[in-house]
Amino acid sequence: MIPVTQAIRWVATLGAIVQLQHTIGGITYSFRDLKDLLAKATPLRSGDELAGVAASSAVERAAAQMTLADLPLQTFLEETLVPYEEDEVTRLIADSHDPAAFAPVSSLTVGGFRDWLLSDGATGEVLSRLAFGLTPEMAAAVSKLMRVQDLVAAARKIRVVSRFRTTIGLAGRLSTRLQPNHPTDDVVGIAASMLDGLLLGSGDAVVGINPATDNVETTATLLRLIDAVRERYSIPTQSCVLAHVTTQMAAIERGAPLDLVFQSIAGTEKANTSFGITLAMLDEAHAMARGLGRGGENLMYFETGQGSALSAEAHHGMDQQTCEARAYAVARRYKPLLVNTVVGFIGPEYLYDGKQILRAGLEDHFCGKLLGLPMGCDVCYTNHAEADQDDMDTLLTMLGAAGVNYIMGVPGADDVMLQYQSTSFHDALYLRQVLGLKPAPEFEAWLAGEHASRLSEASPLHLTAGAGA
Amino acid sequence: MTQALSTLRRYTPARVALPSTGVSLATSEVLAFQLAHAQARDAVHVPLHLPSLALRLQQEAGVSQTLQLTTAASDRAQYLRNPGLGRKLSDASRTQLVHRAYDLAIIVADGLSALAVERHAVETLAALLPMLAEWTLAPIVLLTQARVAVGDEIGEALGAKCSLVLIGERPGLSSADSLGAYLTWDPRVGKTDAARNCISNIRYGGLEPKAAATKIVWYLHEAKRLGLSGTALKDGGIVESLNG
Repeated sequence: MIPVTQAIRWVATLGAIVQLQHTIGGITYSFRDLKDLLAKATPLRSGDELAGVAASSAVERAAAQMTLADLPLQTFLEETLVPYEEDEVTRLIADSHDPAAFAPVSSLTVGGFRDWLLSDGATGEVLSRLAFGLTPEMAAAVSKLMRVQDLVAAARKIRVVSRFRTTIGLAGRLSTRLQPNHPTDDVVGIAASMLDGLLLGSGDAVVGINPATDNVETTATLLRLIDAVRERYSIPTQSCVLAHVTTQMAAIERGAPLDLVFQSIAGTEKANTSFGITLAMLDEAHAMARGLGRGGENLMYFETGQGSALSAEAHHGMDQQTCEARAYAVARRYKPLLVNTVVGFIGPEYLYDGKQILRAGLEDHFCGKLLGLPMGCDVCYTNHAEADQDDMDTLLTMLGAAGVNYIMGVPGADDVMLQYQSTSFHDALYLRQVLGLKPAPEFEAWLAGEHASRLSEASPLHLTAGAGA
Repeated sequence: MTQALSTLRRYTPARVALPSTGVSLATSEVLAFQLAHAQARDAVHVPLHLPSLALRLQQEAGVSQTLQLTTAASDRAQYLRNPGLGRKLSDASRTQLVHRAYDLAIIVADGLSALAVERHAVETLAALLPMLAEWTLAPIVLLTQARVAVGDEIGEALGAKCSLVLIGERPGLSSADSLGAYLTWDPRVGKTDAARNCISNIRYGGLEPKAAATKIVWYLHEAKRLGLSGTALKDGGIVESLNG
């Protein structure tokens, strides 16, 4: 008897051609290479259509997923998506791969890996030991075969805990980045949003400000503001101003009280170049932050997002979710305190609607956790995307179920500087209440103590007076 | 809520000190947010009606000649999914442009907010045009489903020394009707944003149309004097390349 569908695949030895095809109902669907297969196996999203790499029909996508399911994980160690010689992210992925950690799953196919991930034997501890044995492409590949409930169930098992003044990512905890942005970086305005957020239980992951103007003076001023408030009210949290990494380095040189170094990162060298960064630059910034001795091992904060490589025309023909997962290889090199995808920020040409944003957010969270990152998510959308607050509530709740480390806390969900909608202080309170989650333990204790009640009597003018701001 | 908290709104346009019930927002705030989002959505999706814009330009700004064109994006969905199409003229529109020696090509386009154009473009041009007596102007181009870079193709096809694109900006919740003005000296297909100067946030409550017109004229004169636009042309009359 001839099976209705039959996968045909030849995986030759190192460096040789991998031929990929699958026959359904007498029609054979062929895929040019791994990159093409991964792109066509990706659930539909506008960015892949824009790049011209998406499957041309739903059946072709299903055929690609079936072909991918039968592909040995080992293949990803034998064929790179972007040449090793051309791309430092590829070199980082290849050179940092840990074969001993990979051993428990080395004989599995991508489909078999999905089954294994969801099995009872794949406990949180087992998955944590696996992280550096996996490449980003393996994580991306398996996620393409997973439904959103699979992305939730598998990610939920993995705890990635990071520490600075607070401990983030513990079971039963949900932290938030307090994001008190202001259109003109007005310190009193920023202090007003900080005050509101802190008293609503927000800010245990970081108080992180996106400056309207990227310069050293503004960065230093805002860092001094956060630091003065933190010290005066003994708040267990850390500071960050999300300027370009070189601006933050200059601020450190000027003595600014910087806790976390921030940078947006992407999954190819060319895309990182468009952000004005290299791995060597991140290494240098990381070393500077260590030199300050303000925290322990986790000193970096990274943001990512599907579509950033394509928007810089630096995707090398890869689908946007695979590019995104490669950015996590960059992130994990630095054992960061925080990493989050800014999932709906970039616009509908990359993630068209609430459905696409929902899936992308859960994919990014899962892939990040699987690769060993303390993953959070900026649950967000722009006004030209087909999305609204209901979509954000859905993604927020599913991420809570998936055990997300942190989300954003923006006053009323409306970022008046960046002009997009994220999650509010109240959204975090909702999630903590319905899922029985608490803030980071240090911050929880602070909220119940005398310093928080002192803060509730303060005004923004008190906060900025004598802050050197 | 303490006295201190209730006064927070004085200090920031952010949505601080919101009324709540339990941990959730009060009805009034939920509805206010929904309205702001609805306004921003309408700003993106309500089409710009070019014939009535042309008529208003004639009546209120004395513009006698306009060209009503389209880009390669055939509808809003295509425009949003494929930004490249909004940067190119449709084939039919391209044939309508006649190459002459103009100083300036002005383009008025919907961008991501037709509302911005409807509210502020006519006032901005009514203030701007009387200040451009020394400039030879091409017929004003009115355009739908457009992105900023389409001004390069139009300016080049018209043979203009400079292009000025007035276009609706990506709407935020607090400002759905913000107009942007993008100036490009020597417009040609392939110019990047680094070659442009932008005057943004043109709206009542932001940079008002008359003030915007004054600022645009300053940029136009500087661009003409220096023969360039973009990062080398800084606001405030100081040109970095002359500093040293």
